[in-house]
Amino acid sequence: MKRFQLRLLKEGISSKAMFLLTILIFSSFVAIFVTLSLKSSLVVSEYSLKELLFSSNWDPERYSFGFFPAIVGTGYVTLISMLFAVPIAILSAIYISEYASAQKSVFLSSFIDILAGIPSVVFGLCALLVIVPFVGVYLGPALGIETTGMCVFTASIVLAVMVLPIIISLSVEALKSLPIELRDASLSLGATKWETIKGVLLKGASPGIFSAILLGLGRAFGETMAVAMVIGGKNQIPRSIFSAGQTLPSLIVSSFGEMMSIPIEQSALIFIALLLFLIVTFFNLIARYINTRLKKRWHL
Amino acid sequence: MKLRYLEERMFKILIGISVSLVTVPLLIIIGTVLLKGGKVLVDNPGVLITPPGSRYLITGEGGFLHAVLGSLYLVIPATLIASLMGFGIALFLQSDYTSQRISGSIRTCLDVLWGTPSIVYGVFVLTILIFINQRGCLLAGISALTLLELPIITRYADEAIRAVPKELKDACYSIGTTRYEASKVVGRYALPGIIAGVLIGMGRGIGDAASVIFTSGVSSVMPGGLFDSVTAMPILIFQQASSCYPTVRGHAYAAAFTLILIVGILNFLSRFLVRKLSKYVPGGK
Repeated sequence: MKRFQLRLLKEGISSKAMFLLTILIFSSFVAIFVTLSLKSSLVVSEYSLKELLFSSNWDPERYSFGFFPAIVGTGYVTLISMLFAVPIAILSAIYISEYASAQKSVFLSSFIDILAGIPSVVFGLCALLVIVPFVGVYLGPALGIETTGMCVFTASIVLAVMVLPIIISLSVEALKSLPIELRDASLSLGATKWETIKGVLLKGASPGIFSAILLGLGRAFGETMAVAMVIGGKNQIPRSIFSAGQTLPSLIVSSFGEMMSIPIEQSALIFIALLLFLIVTFFNLIARYINTRLKKRWHL
Repeated sequence: MKLRYLEERMFKILIGISVSLVTVPLLIIIGTVLLKGGKVLVDNPGVLITPPGSRYLITGEGGFLHAVLGSLYLVIPATLIASLMGFGIALFLQSDYTSQRISGSIRTCLDVLWGTPSIVYGVFVLTILIFINQRGCLLAGISALTLLELPIITRYADEAIRAVPKELKDACYSIGTTRYEASKVVGRYALPGIIAGVLIGMGRGIGDAASVIFTSGVSSVMPGGLFDSVTAMPILIFQQASSCYPTVRGHAYAAAFTLILIVGILNFLSRFLVRKLSKYVPGGK
């Protein structure tokens, strides 16, 4: 009899504990939002949002906080990296899911897993050692541009490589989850393999691929260390893609030293973190929404 | 008629180019790190196990044992805590415990947290540190890493447990087990997936600098207690990669080599354990 009660007690305690843990993770989401908003309220109350977002003057010592250069820099870097990454990723995903033999497909997938597991600082380090000299010594002069190599372009290349594995693996998943009958039906009508891919499979998988792109975008947007290492860290609106710049996350890192001393600068940097959190959350929610719609569409 | 085949051939070539463009960076990265980091380590393998000297950031005197140990002190507790919590939450998300609607919204929440940039976690924990007027320390670093790893580990565990056949659970319940007892059986079946998630979370944690650089207090001395500041290998790489002193820079390369090695071992371990632990799954060895 006693043993029986112990079992029920264990059951009761464990389920309560799990419930609490689940509440905890939900509240951590809210807590991040609340704490960051509380701390950033100082800068938002002293300056108007318009001033913060569109003034191009970042000079904490004179108490002016304009995020515009960093916002432009983030936009450039994200956009250029996606321009490189998206076509390459989609074509590679097509190869892995449609053309490659089973053996090659497994091999490439594990290859991509390894690429996804490489820490971002290592990407940054290799970019410093390989891409920065390449851009500074060869590419820049070849195009007739004076550049140190630490520039928006270099940062974009690094980011493109970093988001490739995310977009590829999710796109492969989307392509592979399409029913095999779709392929058979299209091929039986006399379409070539490429026509099947272009006309049927890419359309069918488009919600999944789109959400993969959005997730990659979120990653590129929030990536900090690798970008901070190679972008040059100048708070100016980049004149060309070969000049130094700054992104929102790298601004937080590079201003970290001063961060503890001036409360209002602290608040401004925390405001950036809040912005990052909100924007990436928005991206992720859209990506997820699209993904659930895909699943409904194919009755998965 | 010919155009169709031309298009097919052209895209096949483009696809070939893309695949090689994907594989080249990995080769470059591994090649660079092996060459540069390997050279430092071969010349002076002692840097891995020597504590830093007193003027470490200038002369590179001694080694970077402080960062190696710091990384381990940060990641191992964080992974343990995150795995325990993650397993609990993943179990709770199943239909035996909650309704589909609640678990759906929690999954969304976890997915969003997964995608949140690690710097946000770093700034979040830092903000709390500012509130309680505490400087960066090991404990804060562990909390930031736990937050970073938790959604990853939980979602992997969740997917693994969700894939357990319903019949297995039903069989458990039919002989009168409680949900807690049934979860032991279900957990075994899902173990390969859960372990893979834990190791992926750990790999993410050990390579992440943005979340710990604000919270762990960054120092160049050996780590002490929970409330002392520590440094980790990714932070060391970030800070020393563009140092003007060649020895100090060399340590960053060596640290990158060590990191890649650890990530590689984790990857290998994951494959090995997944095969080994699938003995509880029909069809496994």
